[in-house]
Amino acid sequence: MKIVYIDHASATPVRPEVKEAMFPYFDKYFANPSTVYDIGTRIKKEVDAQREKVADLIGAKGGEIIFTSSGAEANNQALKGVALGYQKKGGHIIVSGIEHHSVLNSARFLERLDFEVTYLPVDGYGLVDPERLRKSIRPETTLVSIMHGNNEIGTIEPIAELSSVCKEKGILFHTDAVGTVGNIPVDVNDLGVDLLSLSAVSMCGPKGIGALYVREKTRVMPLIHGGIQERGRRAGTENVPGIMGLGKAAELAKGEVRGKMTQLQDLRDALRSGISKHISRVHFTGHTDQRLPGHLSMCFEAIEGEALTFILSQQGIYINTGSACASKALKTSPVLVAISVKPEVAQGSAVFTIGSANTHEDITYVINRLPRMVERLRSYSPLWQNGNAR
Amino acid sequence: MKFVENVSADETLDLVCRMCPIHLLEPGEKLRCLKKGEVLEVLTDYDGALEDIPGWCERYGHEFLGVEEDEDCYKLYIRKKRE
Repeated sequence: MKIVYIDHASATPVRPEVKEAMFPYFDKYFANPSTVYDIGTRIKKEVDAQREKVADLIGAKGGEIIFTSSGAEANNQALKGVALGYQKKGGHIIVSGIEHHSVLNSARFLERLDFEVTYLPVDGYGLVDPERLRKSIRPETTLVSIMHGNNEIGTIEPIAELSSVCKEKGILFHTDAVGTVGNIPVDVNDLGVDLLSLSAVSMCGPKGIGALYVREKTRVMPLIHGGIQERGRRAGTENVPGIMGLGKAAELAKGEVRGKMTQLQDLRDALRSGISKHISRVHFTGHTDQRLPGHLSMCFEAIEGEALTFILSQQGIYINTGSACASKALKTSPVLVAISVKPEVAQGSAVFTIGSANTHEDITYVINRLPRMVERLRSYSPLWQNGNAR
Repeated sequence: MKFVENVSADETLDLVCRMCPIHLLEPGEKLRCLKKGEVLEVLTDYDGALEDIPGWCERYGHEFLGVEEDEDCYKLYIRKKRE
């Protein structure tokens, strides 16, 4: 059976060049980078060389990169690290209501420590309004965190505009760029951000490694206390193979990101056009143009997204519902609620995230099968009658 | 402990939120970039630095000028005395 994997927001296949860069660091070059002898210091130099590559991908300096275990850890480090690091200055932070759980739950954790959090609403496309942000800022606000590209609806936020509101008031700005770094050009200076989270998973790198960009002179309280790794900002012996993989993935992404964008947009538009043509009662979500290039999200009326995901997988097609709430807890996705999708429609959420290895043949394969699968699920649905949602 | 006020520094190293032994490693590295006679300001909220940094300066031949207590951290001043 043909396999069409269109869930690249969940995971990407590790590229052969990346694997090759990692392998010697499992056994041949196994020493601890913090040691003072030559086989350790040589590895430390390699780790720092990868730091430079990651920095180069986002227009930063090597010393501004902290390696983490994931994008989720980078988000936790940014929120908790800044909130605690600037606690004497103020105890209020602002996040958008459509952030990844690693941001939202870090904010909720901070509320338990008596910090105050404002959850900013978004419009029907998922966009945060800079004026609304301006009005939410208080004298005691220390941090604003708004994601760059939303993993569930694909919308890209106007980060430069939002961060300039914060800069005027001397407030730090963090963006979760896990969905964008490696998929679109990202530059921390163009975006005007003080902190930025990224992950190797988004750019055909290995799992278990991410990074947090922290602009020079920004204070962050470490999450993991211990030794001197990451200049005392994140203790624990470095995941050297992971770091080598992230560095290689970043180096490759730097040269390829513009071409990849065009390729993914082309495939996404073909998929959208095919779905619009062959399936009725579909609500595309997120912004039409201001969105991640390989990302297409929608809600099919009168079906359940996880049922669709399951029967498509039996056809060799792998997609996602976009939300752990919807797929694991059978709860309406908070992101879809935030953009005012009706709960009964939100149940039919489907997210296609196209990768570089996908082809027009893959898209045709999906378009040839998806309408039948949707039709079959609707035929079982009490919410569907005579070709229409009840 | 020697307390000082309004010391003019050539470089500042912000180590607030970081702990032992970073308060000794980073100043050493930063001082290498300074010229002899220049002053490094170290910002820290780690109490141990108040004891460790003067001792470290003595061992490495630099002059510990003193400490100033700020609202949210200590400011320690080191004059580079040798390459």
